[in-house]
Amino acid sequence: MSEVKDPRDELVEHLGALRAFAMSLTRNSAAADDLVQDTIEKAWKNMDKFQPGTNLRAWLFTIQRNAFYSIRRKAKREVADVDGIMAAGLSEKPHHDGRLAMNDFRKAFEKLPDEQREALMLVGASGFAYEEAADMCGVAVGTIKSRANRGRRKLAELMGLDPDEDPVIRDTTNDSVISTSHSRQS
Amino acid sequence: MTSEKKTSSVMRQIDENLRRVYQQDSSEEVPDRFKKLLDQLKSKDNGDEPQGPK
Repeated sequence: MSEVKDPRDELVEHLGALRAFAMSLTRNSAAADDLVQDTIEKAWKNMDKFQPGTNLRAWLFTIQRNAFYSIRRKAKREVADVDGIMAAGLSEKPHHDGRLAMNDFRKAFEKLPDEQREALMLVGASGFAYEEAADMCGVAVGTIKSRANRGRRKLAELMGLDPDEDPVIRDTTNDSVISTSHSRQS
Repeated sequence: MTSEKKTSSVMRQIDENLRRVYQQDSSEEVPDRFKKLLDQLKSKDNGDEPQGPK
């Protein structure tokens, strides 16, 4: 007997990831959990369309982002400023570390346009390849790359950092900082 | 010396922080409603009537 796992049994392993992705899309934990629920139900119904051996998480994320955008299109018709409301419900977790302050970072991240947030979440955070992310979003690889890069630059800008600079942030992290004597020419 | 192709440390820290946000959020405990939901879906598939706790 070859042990082909039923992808249904594997769903549970992706719940955390789905919630994190949902959180980045909705920026609100209640909305995120509703989105995850919706995603699971849709995935379950369409499980016969999943190709065994392919990336289940990518497949689930694709379902989730489609669900998100269709909910959002509906909501846009009903509510004038979804963004403002969603951004206000953000959950805060104090997290102390020597790098960029996480709360500031989260706040800045939430200000990015949907498509940049999504691109960064897929390639920067969850570690999908650009090609995979492009597939998931139904756009060209170059589009994902440029969204991600614009997103990174925008984040730097929102954090008050020069994206081309090699600063010492908070001054404590010397590990992994490569010194390219990149002095800013002002 | 590594020749960095314009990946400044700011940009690398941004990616690192993105991963951290994602890790924090994805390692949060998953609420019961989702496990219940999966159980429900499974028992529906098996043609069972919704079952009580085992």
